[in-house]
Amino acid sequence: MKKGGRKISALVVDDDRVIRVVEEKLLVRFGLETKVAKNGKEALDLFVAGNTFDFVVMDMEMPVMDGPEATRALRARGVDCMIVGVTSRGDGPEKAEFEAAGLNCCWEKPLNAQIVGTILDKLAKKLS
Amino acid sequence: MEVEQLQRSFIEYTSGLFREGFLDGQFSQLQMLQDETNPDFVFEVVSLFFEDSDRLLHDLSLALDQQNVDFKKIDAHVHQFKGSSSSIGAQRVKTACIAFRSFCEEQNVEGCLGCLQQVKQEYLLVKTKLEALLRLEQQIVAAGGAIPTLNEFS
Repeated sequence: MKKGGRKISALVVDDDRVIRVVEEKLLVRFGLETKVAKNGKEALDLFVAGNTFDFVVMDMEMPVMDGPEATRALRARGVDCMIVGVTSRGDGPEKAEFEAAGLNCCWEKPLNAQIVGTILDKLAKKLS
Repeated sequence: MEVEQLQRSFIEYTSGLFREGFLDGQFSQLQMLQDETNPDFVFEVVSLFFEDSDRLLHDLSLALDQQNVDFKKIDAHVHQFKGSSSSIGAQRVKTACIAFRSFCEEQNVEGCLGCLQQVKQEYLLVKTKLEALLRLEQQIVAAGGAIPTLNEFS
């Protein structure tokens, strides 16, 4: 998938390395340029250092800086890319708080090819 | 053994693991992500899962052995275990983690200890089975065959 001649870029943010490896591979398989971060702080630092991404896959519960806090911080910096939350918490106040932090959408873990396909459709609409 | 026979055993063994609920569709996702550019992908991910799980189970045993059990810490470990087991499709481990978390919420030490045994048992079972599956995979490759695709089981 490309945008104006370059690859679509994505950032995977999760504290679990098994999940990072699986999600990264999944996105690479869809032809995306993919980077990973171990927590919200690392993700934020990447943006502060000048990196940009077309979308971010953000875990909810992480040490150092969690998903809701990182999402709020990114939005406060004016980051307007698509941020997709992933959580295993199901529907509840925590998920609602996460969404309210500035997510474009939120999915239940684990991420799979079908979910990535849906995300990319949404992204294509947003970019067109 | 002939390649076809190995491939048949592989399909039978894998479908058994799905049928008995050891693995779910997420494991098929991993298999679909394995390609020529990354022929050892499943092996690599599963190996990382084993390493992290061994460490998590060790940390959980220690945390539950304390005079004053820190349930928040235990819940965080179990949450992580649930996330990694579900991302490789180790369904029965994931289910055992869900029960574990409810005892954490109740701050029930006895319940947590029972769940730790349950989670350990399910983990060791799926580990043994995945190791056998990966050995079969290696035998097929060594014999010059291709790993059968598993899409029909997802």
